[in-house]
Amino acid sequence: MRIEKDLVAAAATPLVLGILTDGDLYGYAILKRVGELSGGSMQWTDGMLYPLLHRLERLGYVTSLWGTSDAGRRRKHYAITDLGREQLAERQEQWTVVSDALRQVWQDLPRPSVVTEGWA
Amino acid sequence: MELDADLEAQIDRWRGYVQRRQAIATADVEELEDHLREQIEDLLATGLDHDEAFLVAIKRLGNLDAVSREFAREHSDRLWKQLVLLPDAADDSRAPAWRELAVVIGFALGAGLAVKAGLTWSDDGTGLARNLGLLVFPFLAAYFGWKRRLTVPVAATLVASFAALAVLLNVYPFAAGGSTELLAALHAPVLLWMLVGIAYVGGRWRSDARRMDFVRFTGELAIYYTLLALGGAVLIGLTVAVLSAVGVDPDPVLTGWILPLTVPGALVVAAWLVEAKQNVVENIAPVLTRVFTPLTIIMLLAVLAVLATAGGLGTVDRDLLILMNAILVLVLSLLLYSISARDSLARPGVFDVLQLVLVVVALAVDAVMLTAMLTRITEFGFSPNKIAALGLNLLLLVHLVRAAWLTIGFLRGRRPFTVLERWQTRYLPVYGVWALVVVAVFPLVFGFA
Repeated sequence: MRIEKDLVAAAATPLVLGILTDGDLYGYAILKRVGELSGGSMQWTDGMLYPLLHRLERLGYVTSLWGTSDAGRRRKHYAITDLGREQLAERQEQWTVVSDALRQVWQDLPRPSVVTEGWA
Repeated sequence: MELDADLEAQIDRWRGYVQRRQAIATADVEELEDHLREQIEDLLATGLDHDEAFLVAIKRLGNLDAVSREFAREHSDRLWKQLVLLPDAADDSRAPAWRELAVVIGFALGAGLAVKAGLTWSDDGTGLARNLGLLVFPFLAAYFGWKRRLTVPVAATLVASFAALAVLLNVYPFAAGGSTELLAALHAPVLLWMLVGIAYVGGRWRSDARRMDFVRFTGELAIYYTLLALGGAVLIGLTVAVLSAVGVDPDPVLTGWILPLTVPGALVVAAWLVEAKQNVVENIAPVLTRVFTPLTIIMLLAVLAVLATAGGLGTVDRDLLILMNAILVLVLSLLLYSISARDSLARPGVFDVLQLVLVVVALAVDAVMLTAMLTRITEFGFSPNKIAALGLNLLLLVHLVRAAWLTIGFLRGRRPFTVLERWQTRYLPVYGVWALVVVAVFPLVFGFA
């Protein structure tokens, strides 16, 4: 199953912030973690992660630090800040409300296959 | 992990390609490259060969245009700051910005010194007027030649063209104060500007899109040059006021050195600013054309009304005809510029109707002009001035009639906007050819009078 682009975009900020609460990471490792967490169904255009990280940095949710990789390349590591944690907590509340609401809707709804027949 | 040489070469090429995106800073390229290499290594570990791993990694990184747009959105301030602030000394990645600044200042100084030398050595005023463009525009072309890394044949052609024009303008034995000399002085800048255009488009002058880029550049350059001139005027005004207040006469330095150096030099600097800000800072052109198109329509209607009530067209003054020609050229630039700024995929809108009205009114003015001109010619006979004005008017007439026709087609949904766009870009060289005829052929035909 592939997740719709807009949904991925909406989830991106809390997802990245959440992953960074486990410890500092660099871009590629963040994307790998996203892949693991979603079972590969959240498809990102890899290049798009970096403008997002830069935005989060500008907003003060993360800080970055240039380090060196095992192979000796320069590598930029990102770490979440206190402001980022506050933001994450806020997003978490918002998402909880949304998912609660959705869960109730799913309960009231007939099964998807029935809906399809109804439209036919 | 060491990657093989072939793969390294591919990554190098990719890096060069990404570095050309102005919105992506060098540090970002490094970050993306680290990502790319990591991805390639992981893919190689799964058993893909080098080419496959590279292709898949590139594909996952995403469409570079989209990524670069995203970077530009996040860092829309970046280029402007990079351009205005001095590059950070600690950050060696900004070296190209320094080098470009040095080149720009070099060419700007060159243009200024050339004009200063011209002022110093010219014995009479008209010789300088004839050559003024030749003293400035080659430096602008040289800047673009450097920036676009022109191929040797293109660069050689440009140098030869500039040289040929210089020879032509100075070898012809123009009669002192004759009209062919004045016409040559007026039309030479058009030719020179075409040559600058060839340098600007990097020699790809056949491409309609590149030509349109040059049109956009021309408009933005005019705006930036005006802004620089305004800023410079304020600065000079304040300095002069202070110096006069303490009793020092600033005039010798001001008119002797500062103005001759800065007025031509600012053109190169303005070109550099326009180059640096494109894609990142919004063009001011769409705003200006939207403001001035309705105003110009009103102005043209007023002019038409005055001409209609002023009595016989044959009595219309020669100076007035030249002025009207200037107005029509202005209308044309307005048209060209609003077309260059328009999204060619957008549906016909109110503004397109307004543009059609502008063209139709301009056509009416042109028709009046042509009648007046023909009347004068039948009455007083031919003269270089009249033929030059008549020629330009006929060119404008053809341009405007076709533009009106295509705009109607577009408004009725019969044609895409690109047809109208292409007509503009295809027709532009005709003005260059006409300028060449006026500069090169007119003096011969009219005996340099």
